[in-house]
Amino acid sequence: MNIVMRLAWRNLWRHQRRTWLTVGAMMFANTLLVFMISMQFSMYGLMIENTLKLFTGHMQIQAPGYKDDQKMRQTVADIVPLAASLRAEFPDEKIAARGQAFALASSEDRSYGIGIFGVEPEFEPQVSSIPGLIKEGRYVRGKNATEIVVGAVLARNLRVGIGDELTLLGSGLDGSFAAAVVTIVGIFDSGVVDVDRNIAQIPLGAFQDIFFMDGAGHQVVISAPTLDAAAAVLPKIVAAMPPGSDLVVHDWDALQPGLKQAIKADMSSAFFMYGILVILVAFSVLNTQLMSVLERTHEFGIVMSLGLKPGQLGRLVMLETTLLGLIGFVLGAIGGVLLTSYFGVNGLSIPGMEEMAANFNLPTRVYLEATPLSVVIGPSVVFLFTLLAAAYPALRLYKLHPVEAMRTN
Amino acid sequence: MRMLPVLTRLAWRYLWRNHRRTIIMVSAISIGVWAMIFMTALSRGMVDQMIEDGVSALPGHVQVHNKQFLDDPSVSNRILISDAELSRTFDSADFKAWASRVKVPAVISSEYESRGVTLLGIDPVAERAFGYLSYDEVEGRFLEGVDDNSIVIGRKLADKLETNVGKRVVLMSQDPENEIADRGFRVVGLFNSDVPGYEDGNVFVGKKAAQKMLRIGDTTTELVFLGDSYRNVEPTYDRVVASIDGTLDVKRWYEVATYLGSLLKVMDGFVMIWMIVIFLALSFGLVNTLVMAVFERVREIGLMLALGMKPSHILGQIIIESMLLLSVGLAIGNVLSWATIQPLRGGIDISIVAQGMEMMGAASVLYPRLYVSDMILANVIVLSLGFLASLSPAWRASRYEPVEAITKVG
Repeated sequence: MNIVMRLAWRNLWRHQRRTWLTVGAMMFANTLLVFMISMQFSMYGLMIENTLKLFTGHMQIQAPGYKDDQKMRQTVADIVPLAASLRAEFPDEKIAARGQAFALASSEDRSYGIGIFGVEPEFEPQVSSIPGLIKEGRYVRGKNATEIVVGAVLARNLRVGIGDELTLLGSGLDGSFAAAVVTIVGIFDSGVVDVDRNIAQIPLGAFQDIFFMDGAGHQVVISAPTLDAAAAVLPKIVAAMPPGSDLVVHDWDALQPGLKQAIKADMSSAFFMYGILVILVAFSVLNTQLMSVLERTHEFGIVMSLGLKPGQLGRLVMLETTLLGLIGFVLGAIGGVLLTSYFGVNGLSIPGMEEMAANFNLPTRVYLEATPLSVVIGPSVVFLFTLLAAAYPALRLYKLHPVEAMRTN
Repeated sequence: MRMLPVLTRLAWRYLWRNHRRTIIMVSAISIGVWAMIFMTALSRGMVDQMIEDGVSALPGHVQVHNKQFLDDPSVSNRILISDAELSRTFDSADFKAWASRVKVPAVISSEYESRGVTLLGIDPVAERAFGYLSYDEVEGRFLEGVDDNSIVIGRKLADKLETNVGKRVVLMSQDPENEIADRGFRVVGLFNSDVPGYEDGNVFVGKKAAQKMLRIGDTTTELVFLGDSYRNVEPTYDRVVASIDGTLDVKRWYEVATYLGSLLKVMDGFVMIWMIVIFLALSFGLVNTLVMAVFERVREIGLMLALGMKPSHILGQIIIESMLLLSVGLAIGNVLSWATIQPLRGGIDISIVAQGMEMMGAASVLYPRLYVSDMILANVIVLSLGFLASLSPAWRASRYEPVEAITKVG
């Protein structure tokens, strides 16, 4: 350790209580920041993953305008061959075709309007978690079987179980009357009430027959191994669209615009709060360092008259602050990681938040994960502001006149 | 107590002896207090609006249903009391507003498209007071009475159905025997709504027209009551419970819309936690300042004690110093927050994240709300916790041995 370093270290501990209080402020802020930011990142990740996994996928091929209006006649023609050819071209991506219509579903006792999805039973499980959430019976099989799976809430409302028949009434692609009788083979329970109440799935072939689709469907769902891979493959899929077609490829952000914005809105309010916290810590450091410079005016006068330059003294003050900041950084980061890890093992569930969590497809108990980024980002900003705060006392040294300084006591 | 004016004057002078330190601390406190109040006002504004919109769209503060209806919203689970009898019970009972309505799931079809909606058969005169729709802003016209045989739908729904004012749509639902009940209606009006999802999902017809279509005589599925404010629903609730058949299900709004109810609770908790976190961040600096202020005048304190000042006066003086410091910070912080919230009363446009807010159930213009109670809470938290934080340095100062303190080289 060189002499300047040793000097700075000793100066730091001249007022133990003061130093610890300042470090305490940093630790408090850093621990809180690491914990909060880790929590946010964990939740955002889960929100995106759960929402997309449920039904949306990473991207979808649709007719122009379908995303906003979801009209029956905004179709993708020859959808099954299109999905098959894409599957051959992109072996890493999971691809499934769907049709979507609206119909009145009637059981013996009840009738409700629901969304009917025609799905490819052999490929749908790869792009959506619904087939895996069957809690009773089984998922639909075959291309043209007149069988249906419904959500748990819908089954309860319709008062039906496995083996019961449902009558579907709706209108076909050409506007003509569409009707069919289908048998319930499975009931799924996703935990998302809106999905469990409003959605039913039948094989795509049967769907095309019932609604006179003439080989057409409404969406080709594509899931990539990761979000990043999805972004990378998107342009290739756009390029692979059949020549002369006006089909569009939407990424997940376009399909679920609320998702990114909810994250953005949450982030901006969170960053406002973090900013305030950092500023308050910076004031605390400013106060401490200004005091420590002012009370040494006499001493600084002496060493300056002995030949030390203001710049050297300024560097000393900055070095002291750096040491102070590093202690706060390390202790705070450790505190934050410990706190986060505790909730990583035990899970975090906030009482009263269950319903809000369900709104964002979050489980009621969230297991937090501290990533290097989430640990370093908060304390780094605090550290930076700590140094900025010390700049004022350090710069004051340039105005110091040795003789006058020695006279002050 | 006699010493209070003297101690206060002393404390005030000491505070300004090191004016830089005091100014820094006062700035930190002001910013902290400003952030407490400003952030709270923004969050309050957002949540209040979500709740108010949500409660008015329900509508009403108290709702009555058949016990099975909320789980199984079918006409079979309607309220088997005739409208005439309901009127006899409630018309004279002096509620701010009440209405009986038909509310069932239905399918609406134009010649091009079908969608699932909630069919509302209402008495437009009785429901005006609930305020979920401004009748005058409806494009075309709103329903004129219970006998009105036309339909009013949302603007967005009309776009999806490719229909418009003057065109016909067909409504389909079920009657109590589970026979398909359907009839055609002419669209006479299109409404807009700020409440997310409301425009897509609700269609209005006259109550009598709905009852006739669903073949349910003059019964309804839902009674709604308006009280004085959504924060105080108990009086209304008690009166409804007292005057109605006990087999029916009477619920307060937060029991019907549990999401909104939990939001209100979470919000109150958040305000408290936020203020305490800010205070804790401030407290380190506050204690530090006091410790320094004591440290640099150890000799003086020793001298005062030697001259006969009581230790309790030293204790009091340090605490007064801390309270003065906090009060100046609070005063500036309060004024600052008022001054920044006032110009924003007209609303902050956050429509860049509108769809994200929609997921949370909020609108895209944010109106900050400054509650006096929140402001008082912030001040009380800062002063009371500040008092606690200053006890330790003040206590240490009052325990000095006079001789040791005077001879201390400092």
